[in-house]
Amino acid sequence: MMHAPILPLLLPLLMGSLLLLGHRLELPLKRLLSLAATWSLVPLSAWLVWLAGDDQLRVYALGDWQPPFGIILLVDRLSAMLLLLTALLAGFALLYACRGDDERGPNFHALFQFQLLGINGAFLTGDLFNLFVFFEILLISSYALLLHGNGAERVRAGMHYVVLNLLGSALFLLGVGSLYGLLGTLNMADLAARVAVADASQTPLLAAAGYLLLTVFALKAAILPLYFWLPRAYASASAPVAALFAIMTKVGLYAILRVFGLIYGAQAGELAGLANGLLWWLALLTIAAGVVGALSARNLQRLLAYLVVLSVGVLLAGLAMDSQTALAAALYYLLHSTLIGGAMFLLADLVSRQRGAEAGDLTQGPSLRQPLLLGGLFFLGSISLAGLPPFSGFLGKLMLLRAADPGEALWLWPAVLVAGLGMLLALSRAGSALFWRPGGDVIEGEDDRVRLFATVGLLLGGPALVIFAAPVMAYVEATARQLRDLAPYLNLIGGGA
Amino acid sequence: MEALFAVTLGVLTASGIYLILQARIFPVVLGLTLLSYAVNLFLFAMGRLAGGVPAVIGRSAEYGDPLPQALVLTAIVIGFAMTAFVVVLALRSLGETGTDHVDGQEPGK
Repeated sequence: MMHAPILPLLLPLLMGSLLLLGHRLELPLKRLLSLAATWSLVPLSAWLVWLAGDDQLRVYALGDWQPPFGIILLVDRLSAMLLLLTALLAGFALLYACRGDDERGPNFHALFQFQLLGINGAFLTGDLFNLFVFFEILLISSYALLLHGNGAERVRAGMHYVVLNLLGSALFLLGVGSLYGLLGTLNMADLAARVAVADASQTPLLAAAGYLLLTVFALKAAILPLYFWLPRAYASASAPVAALFAIMTKVGLYAILRVFGLIYGAQAGELAGLANGLLWWLALLTIAAGVVGALSARNLQRLLAYLVVLSVGVLLAGLAMDSQTALAAALYYLLHSTLIGGAMFLLADLVSRQRGAEAGDLTQGPSLRQPLLLGGLFFLGSISLAGLPPFSGFLGKLMLLRAADPGEALWLWPAVLVAGLGMLLALSRAGSALFWRPGGDVIEGEDDRVRLFATVGLLLGGPALVIFAAPVMAYVEATARQLRDLAPYLNLIGGGA
Repeated sequence: MEALFAVTLGVLTASGIYLILQARIFPVVLGLTLLSYAVNLFLFAMGRLAGGVPAVIGRSAEYGDPLPQALVLTAIVIGFAMTAFVVVLALRSLGETGTDHVDGQEPGK
């Protein structure tokens, strides 16, 4: 058995434990260890992406217990791609954090590694209860990272985040428990096979379990009625943590894709496409809520947090359209929105640091030390985020708009295009307040080149997605094809238990 | 047995939700705890409410399902850790904001 699939879990787990044991180590040594572990995830997950390129599903049976009796890790194109995305985002975010944000508490690096363990685990696991466990690992580290460093605002935002997610965990367990009680398995592929042959009398209960899970994932993904925790939490988190959190909403979307694409997938008869109609409208409303929030934000970080909500809406619309081309477009948009979203949080922090007490507030403040450089980067990031040509946001949106059939286009085109306009308005308002209305003297201070490098590195993900658009598109299209063809997944369990 | 079990779960859940809606930290923590008790019992019941059968396949015609117990155990451990975290957070919130309201400020201020 090849052990590659478990390495992205073992590496952060061992490094996190080591850092926890050695919490008295010198900070430079901790930084070195943490950076080494995080950056070695990049070649590792790139290797997994390369392996996944042959369209085989790789199953890793933990403890060699054969599925469905043991827990499995499952590497397909989607999980490999998301692992690579996480590794890149985390690498740059950590580099940024190593220039000072990690000094406020002794265990920042250990928490960061456990956070990566949770995210990687959620992307890799093929077992629904194991998904719950990895969600909890991810959440408890995210609570601690969010509250890292003091401040009443962080505690206020953190309290809502923690209580809501605990409630979410309870609902998750109810959903998982119902599915187990009805079908007698927790393996996702096995669940999918058993839903297909489930008794008709079980259909309403199975649907109820599905909707319970949907509520939980919608909370994590910040979909319309459940997104109110996000802007406050993201805006008050420190910049590298907010940048890493750019992937967290995508974990929720990934879980929706897995549960509703596989368990309630095309094979599920009456239950197939259970949530698509609902998700479609929620997606459009989430887009609207994101735009309104972004336009009304008075703080740069909060504005960016609303743009995260907006991108969740766009992605969800792609998933809800339930077609291969729309799914491919959504995956491309996911890569773009995560990288650029993360980069913009870092950039917002760079700008805030040069504005003294005004920080990210969109009011008249001191002139910046590097107005041209930061302004230029902000401009690049903004047009990329708003989806203007020639950047990655434009390509993603174009693919998505072209994937809509006429009935869907009637709603999707106005929503996405008006949202693009709204984003552009909000970002240009923020940009002109920050860069063109300086009202005071420049605050002297030192500029940190490493922080700048980390920001630019993430921001370059946008142009890179355009320059390498052909291979990336080919990969996401193959991913969408693999996800839509359920037969190999259903055959994972040798013809049912 | 089933009816009693269902009513217990219902009462636990309803009380938990009522307490969470009080929006003061201590009732919220208690509410979350009650809710997690209800969830744990629910998971436990998913292995069917029957007793006196071995948890090994092949020893008798009927066998008990050991998996829900493993799930409950995991859920209890996680729930315990989370409760501890909320309590610590609650103390810090009280220290930093000077109020025990979950919004970090008294309503109407």
